[in-house]
Amino acid sequence: MSLILNEEQVQLQDSAKAFVADNWAVGELRKLRKDTGKGYPEALWRKAAELGWLAIPFPEEYGGLGLGFAELGVVLEELGRGLVVLPIVSSVVLGGGALRLGGTDAQKQTWLPKVCDGSAVLTLACQETSRHDPYAVRSTATPAGDGYVLKGRKVLVPDGHAADAVVVVARTSGAAGDRSGLTLFIVEPATPGVKVHRNLLLDSRVAANIDLQDVRVGADAVVGKVDQGADVLDQVLAEAAAALSADMLGGIQQTFDITLEYLKVREQFGAKIGSFQGLKHRAARWFCEKELSKSIVLQTLRALDDKADNALQLASVCKARLSDTARLSGKEGIQMHGGIGVTDEHDIGLYMKRGRVSEMLFGDAAFHRNRFAELRGY
Amino acid sequence: MADLETFRAEVRQWLGETCPPNCQGKGSVLPDMVWGGRRQTWGHPDAKLWFDRLVEKGYTVPTWPKDYGGAGLSPAENKVLQEEMARIGTRSMLFNFGIAMLAPALMEFATEEQKRLHLTRIARGEIRWCQGYSEPGAGSDLASLRTRAVRDGDDYVVNGQKIWTSDANVSDWIFCLVRTDPAAPKHLGISFLLIDMESPGISTSPIELISGSSPFCQTFFDNVRVPVSQRVHTENRGWDVAKALLLHERTMLADGGRGSAGGSARRSLLQVARETMAAPEGRLPDAATRDELVQWEMDRVCYEATLKRTMDAAKAGKGMGPEGSMFKLYLSEMGQRGADLRQRMAGHEALVWTGDDCPDEERQITREWLYGKASTILGGTSEIQLNIISKRVLGLPGD
Repeated sequence: MSLILNEEQVQLQDSAKAFVADNWAVGELRKLRKDTGKGYPEALWRKAAELGWLAIPFPEEYGGLGLGFAELGVVLEELGRGLVVLPIVSSVVLGGGALRLGGTDAQKQTWLPKVCDGSAVLTLACQETSRHDPYAVRSTATPAGDGYVLKGRKVLVPDGHAADAVVVVARTSGAAGDRSGLTLFIVEPATPGVKVHRNLLLDSRVAANIDLQDVRVGADAVVGKVDQGADVLDQVLAEAAAALSADMLGGIQQTFDITLEYLKVREQFGAKIGSFQGLKHRAARWFCEKELSKSIVLQTLRALDDKADNALQLASVCKARLSDTARLSGKEGIQMHGGIGVTDEHDIGLYMKRGRVSEMLFGDAAFHRNRFAELRGY
Repeated sequence: MADLETFRAEVRQWLGETCPPNCQGKGSVLPDMVWGGRRQTWGHPDAKLWFDRLVEKGYTVPTWPKDYGGAGLSPAENKVLQEEMARIGTRSMLFNFGIAMLAPALMEFATEEQKRLHLTRIARGEIRWCQGYSEPGAGSDLASLRTRAVRDGDDYVVNGQKIWTSDANVSDWIFCLVRTDPAAPKHLGISFLLIDMESPGISTSPIELISGSSPFCQTFFDNVRVPVSQRVHTENRGWDVAKALLLHERTMLADGGRGSAGGSARRSLLQVARETMAAPEGRLPDAATRDELVQWEMDRVCYEATLKRTMDAAKAGKGMGPEGSMFKLYLSEMGQRGADLRQRMAGHEALVWTGDDCPDEERQITREWLYGKASTILGGTSEIQLNIISKRVLGLPGD
């Protein structure tokens, strides 16, 4: 396993950089605040699909490219650097990932080719509590006839308002907090009893809260094994944590670059502010954190591709680190910019906002430190 | 690749024929490290025999040119050599400041004659080198050093005092920064001298640290005569050599320090936690300490990943530059934090300095914690590393 990009990955990176430069400006985010539709630029989604990015981690038999998270991470890092809003993590990693890992052949045949070509958007509805806690599921799935009835409420479902199908985590046995007793179901929002509430998040991305009121699904809606949904869920959430970390890494790097440039041009007391030790030592420490973050993202993505024994542990190290570094970047980026940093006109605040939402998605640093210790047996 | 496999077969055969069986595997008679020099001692004659055979092949420094005592191996060949030695559980042992710090600077700045003489002696483990850089009045501001070297015929006459000269009392030669032009700006009046520690007028005295005895010494120069031929690089341009050497020192500290980050004590931090919390299995009951332990373990994973990424980049042709400062900074702070956590977790037994009811390991924990305080100071303080990163890596203006 090498932690530098190979030739194909460098080409992919160039292509992603060009995509962002040609099609997007960070300021587009401000327009999305008024959007009441999908919440992302649909033309860009189609272009991303044409470039094959949505097909990266799927097997060729379902329309995929048979590549890995190392490649997907390259793309996500560049999109994160530009704060591009597209439901790639939601559709490709969360919803698509759950089917790739646990779906029946019929489910895969139905959905994965559409995920790969962008004609359908999937997502995962897991969270119910204020903060990420994947086993704290109270929503129930009760056997009824030859299927199930789902009842409960899901929060912070990424792109849930735009999804054509949602993989829902519900409890078929046990109590909230139990790892066992979870089951995954694929549910189309048009199903009677599904109510989707659209929330614009503080970073101009959209998530949904979803009410499930006696939603009837067939037995063929079960993804993976009944009561053992956590096996798929753990892996999907680890992959999502790593993929989102790649997006966060891009944002962190751009925040750092913008701020470093500012330190070199802004003058006070007759000197560039970057000459003051009070700032440059902090910039140097921030640089170190950024480099460590980059390394752990690269290593984790590759460990997932290699199905390494410690991949889940690494995913927690990765998301904890990136969450911490994102918070540091948001804080230092704004503080070092001074007054201009707290205006909506300047982009630096947009980076901090995206960082905060990503920090909390799929578990913040505290969550993943605890999880890491649990995985290590202490 | 076929050539490499031929080389591997040759190495394997040579090892089979020449490496004594008691210099292989667990319980071998080899010392952990051979520092070399006139005072080198050997626990077992076979260790010396094996070392001499390595020297004859140039395998103490396999990638150096043959003319300077190496074997002229390519990095790929060296990898094969190391793999084959690891396979039978043997090592080349030689490690010292001569190899890690002085030699790279000599390769860059010394005359051919100096290289042949000094590099060969280093490769053969004949000379143990120490470093004469810091002075009582020149720590972080190293370039303000005041040890004087005045030209007198074919010699310099050196007067002054060096401090933090690690192992000066057991070393054979010292590489030294001296002031040759007091009138010039401070960076432009320094020269780099190689000095035999047996020269008349040199004396050393050890320094006791907060952790107790230490390898550090003070070294005094009283009218020491040093032939001009032992100056490396141009007179008054010694700072160029000094800077290059400091870069190698930081790389060494960053690379060689894995042990200190992991803690050389026998138990892992987790084991210490389990014992002192009386929690042989399951979740550690002290949540705050548990979180600190997690943070430390995670930092270490990220550090190792960064080291690996840098090495992968180096293999692809990008050497480590000023970002070596990042590794030095991070590793020393991480090691210090680990030692600090270990000391606090160990509790009352680690508070005992000496006594008849205190395990050695606990006393070792205390000394590591105290000695670790030096790690963020020696080789350039953390603050100096931050200066280097901000100036050389980030390109921020000087103040």
